[in-house]
Amino acid sequence: MTAVTSHHRPVTAAEPGPLVDVVAEPLTRGARRSRVPRWLRRLSGPFVLLLAWAVSAEAGWLNRDLFPPPGEVFGAAWDLLASGQLQAHVGQSMLRVLTGTVLGVLAGVVIAVVAGLTRIGEDLLDSTMQVFKAVPNFALTPLLVIWMGIGEGPKILLITLGVAIAIYINTYSGIRSVDAQLVEVAQTVGAKRSTLIRHIVLPGATPGFLVGLRLGLSSAWLSLIFAETINTTEGIGFLMSRAQTLLQFDVSVLIILIYAVAGLASYALVRLLERRLLAWRNGFQGV
Amino acid sequence: MTTDAAVRIRSARRAFGTQQVLSGLDLDIVEGEFVAMLGHSGSGKSTLLRAMAGLDPEVTGSVLVPRERAVVFQNPRLLPWRRVLPNVTFALAAGDARQRGRAALAEVGLAAKEQAWPATLSGGEAQRVSLARALVREPKLLLLDEPFGALDALTRLKMYELLRALCDRHRPAVLHVTHDVDEAILLADRVTVLRDGLVRLDLPVGLPAPRSRTSPDFAGLRQRLLGELGVTESIGTGSHS
Repeated sequence: MTAVTSHHRPVTAAEPGPLVDVVAEPLTRGARRSRVPRWLRRLSGPFVLLLAWAVSAEAGWLNRDLFPPPGEVFGAAWDLLASGQLQAHVGQSMLRVLTGTVLGVLAGVVIAVVAGLTRIGEDLLDSTMQVFKAVPNFALTPLLVIWMGIGEGPKILLITLGVAIAIYINTYSGIRSVDAQLVEVAQTVGAKRSTLIRHIVLPGATPGFLVGLRLGLSSAWLSLIFAETINTTEGIGFLMSRAQTLLQFDVSVLIILIYAVAGLASYALVRLLERRLLAWRNGFQGV
Repeated sequence: MTTDAAVRIRSARRAFGTQQVLSGLDLDIVEGEFVAMLGHSGSGKSTLLRAMAGLDPEVTGSVLVPRERAVVFQNPRLLPWRRVLPNVTFALAAGDARQRGRAALAEVGLAAKEQAWPATLSGGEAQRVSLARALVREPKLLLLDEPFGALDALTRLKMYELLRALCDRHRPAVLHVTHDVDEAILLADRVTVLRDGLVRLDLPVGLPAPRSRTSPDFAGLRQRLLGELGVTESIGTGSHS
């Protein structure tokens, strides 16, 4: 270097220059606690949709006869509540979903454990379940009616089948992905087969099971719609088809809302279960 | 063979495909004896240890070990969905299992962590839990498969002391598989070198109790073992074979 004419500015301790304060500006803001509870923030999306609907209806962008505003829909809900019909129909539908889901979860878990733990179980059950998975649930509807009549049987069975398949597929793959190293630990400490299943296989398959439960619950509500098209006079599917026949669009929209809330509630239930059952994943300390 | 044999292995053989990993190996360990086994990767150390643990149904020959044996693997292998104490008492018959588990945790210095999730433990802590899980079973044979291989050098030094103290107290027979020559000399009563599926060298360590890497006997033994492993320390001061 020759003939340095301009002085470089001396760097002093008093001049932080390009340093940034990572305490004041951390890269991860997500860690900071918001004052708004999480569940409330998660509801903000659906709430914005509702608001958009109300505003569009008020502004006259929607045809009131074809897409009724929220007020009319809640009015319809109120009338149905006052006459006791809504509770009865929703109650009946929930009972079907609950019964079908409980039976489906039990069947799915039992079949997954048998197929996941034994070679003969796998040979007998896995391809069978894959066949059931390949057949569209709803193609079975007419057959089920012919076989079982129009009572509760075929409705609940339709829901059970969908749930059982979703639970089976995911729990089975969960069992098969259990860490072989942990199974060896069980062998070296001389654990009994029941101990192995209770302490290693089932906890290890829990994440898969919860994925299955999430899919199974959405399948349950979907199956319910089909199930309630089978000759029935009770349930929200019945309300829906009656509203269509009578051109009660407010009731139709109300039923759609009920399906939406049911779906959201099922999702919340699975998340709650995940938080409790998978607490070990992130080192959650409390119980 | 005396009557207090804890391990008696004769003509142990194991092949993977065409590759012979154990080629008719013999090994004896007496009660309370701490044997280290050195060898390169693929020399058959882990295969032998797994055979002794009873995890290898394909091994042939005679492998006699006590029924009461416990294994500590390189990876702690804790059940991530159970807290520390139930991990230690895993598969123990009920009764006083919890008290024994607490005592074992206290021995490895983790009494305060009994309610912690494994995911929150450091590597050294997790391996101490794994050690407690082995000791709580009061094994007559303790099998250690490179138990400190994944730990940092400082943690490893503390673990040496802990392991040696625990073994002196409980007196199990120990087979400690490692690739670290210093570790073998610091810990063991006897050091063996495995090559091509056979025990090629079997030496008593015979150094006095507080063992120091700086003693000339230590250095001599290390040279001999490194030579047997076909390694020279011509570059740096690395102590790993």
